[in-house]
Amino acid sequence: MASPGKKANGWTPKQPMVSIKDLHKSFGDLEVLKGVSLEVMKGECICIIGPSGSGKSTLIRCVNALNDIQKGSIKVEGLEVNDPNLDKLELRKKVGMVFQQYNLFPHKTAIENIMMAPITVLKQDKDEVAKHAKSLVRKVRLEGKEDSYPGELSGGQQQRVAIARALAMNPDVMLFDEVTAALDPETVKEVLVTIQELAEEGMTCILVTHEMGFAKEVADHIYFTDRGVIVEHGPPKTFFKKAKDPRTKEFLSQIL
Amino acid sequence: MDVLLPIARQQKAQAMTERLEGTFRLNLQPHHAIWMLLIFVFTVGAAQAQAPRELISPIDALVKWMPFILWGQEGTLNGFALNLMISFFAMLFGTIAGVTLGLMQISLLLPVRKGSWFVTQFFRNSPWLVLLFTIMLLFPFEIELGNMIIPVPDWMKAVIGFALPVMANISEVVRGAVRSLPTGQWESAESLAFSRRQTLWMIILPQCFKRMIPPWINWYCILAMATPLASIMGVEESVSYTAQAMNAEGDRPELLPVFYLFLLLIFFVYTYPIARWSIRLEKKFVVKT
Ligand SMILES: Nc1ncnc2c1ncn2[C@@H]1O[C@H](COP(=O)(O)OP(=O)(O)OP(=O)(O)O)[C@@H](O)[C@H]1O
Ligand SMILES: [Mg+2]
Repeated sequence: MASPGKKANGWTPKQPMVSIKDLHKSFGDLEVLKGVSLEVMKGECICIIGPSGSGKSTLIRCVNALNDIQKGSIKVEGLEVNDPNLDKLELRKKVGMVFQQYNLFPHKTAIENIMMAPITVLKQDKDEVAKHAKSLVRKVRLEGKEDSYPGELSGGQQQRVAIARALAMNPDVMLFDEVTAALDPETVKEVLVTIQELAEEGMTCILVTHEMGFAKEVADHIYFTDRGVIVEHGPPKTFFKKAKDPRTKEFLSQIL
Repeated sequence: MDVLLPIARQQKAQAMTERLEGTFRLNLQPHHAIWMLLIFVFTVGAAQAQAPRELISPIDALVKWMPFILWGQEGTLNGFALNLMISFFAMLFGTIAGVTLGLMQISLLLPVRKGSWFVTQFFRNSPWLVLLFTIMLLFPFEIELGNMIIPVPDWMKAVIGFALPVMANISEVVRGAVRSLPTGQWESAESLAFSRRQTLWMIILPQCFKRMIPPWINWYCILAMATPLASIMGVEESVSYTAQAMNAEGDRPELLPVFYLFLLLIFFVYTYPIARWSIRLEKKFVVKT
């Protein structure tokens, strides 16, 4: 999956793929993130959980510069996101993102949604892209739906197209922001299975999720955020059984 | 109550679209056409009955002057034909300038955005007649280009005078359509590393295009119905010519309602199908998205 030219920042796979240090983010007077630090190694899958409004979406959106940052540092493969001269397009080629509301382009078919960015942004050869797109469609199990418009697909199907669309750019990191929150319970599973397979293939994933069962099974590390800080974190085994902080305990007791 | 609810809902929906586009909807219904025709027939009948026997009857006078009102002298395009011509050109220039201005209104550069916003608001909130007067009086009757002298006839000045408010309103239509798209479209395009320009042209504008067609047609109808304003400045369009025709018949009072209702009728016959078509398109697009 790796493409050439990434060593330029002196990044090696032994270093964290994504490294966030003392991140502060405010919207006007409202400080949403108050010094968040975390690291994700290549091939790791981490889950961020926490109550509504605790800044999970904000955190994950900072990683691909959809939100700007006031203070701190985010490095993605050595590329400093909080650099005024940052080439945002360069960063976004490395980072794929999937949203809660799918955000597919409604005037394009499923396969066009997948092929558009590699052709226009990466200027890749059309036939190559078509071949790659076909394999991605197979991967997310949407054979036969290539020529459907988003409006003709179910929520779960749309979300899987959105995942394939992000994968078509060959990203090194994938961000998922509550991607199953808008789905009905039966379709949640088909999307989670797709993500789980990705994680098992070694894709580096950062997930915001309320699916505790999924987090328990798939995540390498779980972070619990509340009011803009990481209250507690650890691998699933210890996190779920030996949570120390009262806020974590309360949250887990409500959700489990 | 049960009967009123659907009507209230319908009116609320219409008010919503109007707020979005900042304009009133030409909501022409089939019963409007029937009323229009009834009034015309009734008025002509009444005038015919009242007219003195020794003079030409109102119907004969109308038939006699009809070609003159519709296109002027043989081989010229004045009268109603000039109304149409003014409306076509004003719409053409107004659309080109309006789309450009509308795109400038969503520019990332603050001066461009503010400047185009100001121009839009200025022309959108000025009375059409004032703009028309200003252009007709300020604009030279000929332009010198090197050693070429291009004459600018009055109707061409009227085109410019009408194009300005059209431009401003189309600019708002463009801005409104772009803003009505969910921000998620911009964000997902951004996260796929599309540049702003690519996002705009490949993702945002194609989705806006459909939404812009019905208000665009609506503005054309409003413009077409506003073109008689030019008669005040002596442009030889249908209202001027109607006045001239009646004058030639000695300004008989019973001709007045017949001639002016006839004018109303031609404008109605022209705009009605266009307005209906726009309503149909709108319904179709609403169902699709
Ligand atoms: N663009 C914005 N402008 C101003 N405030 C914002 C903006 N985006 C988010 N916020 C505020 O930041 C805080 C954190 O929002 P965020 O969306 O990150 O929470 P979250 O943890 O993702 O919540 P949820 O689980 O409901 O998605 C909230 O108080 C929210 O109101
Ligand atoms: Mg969120």
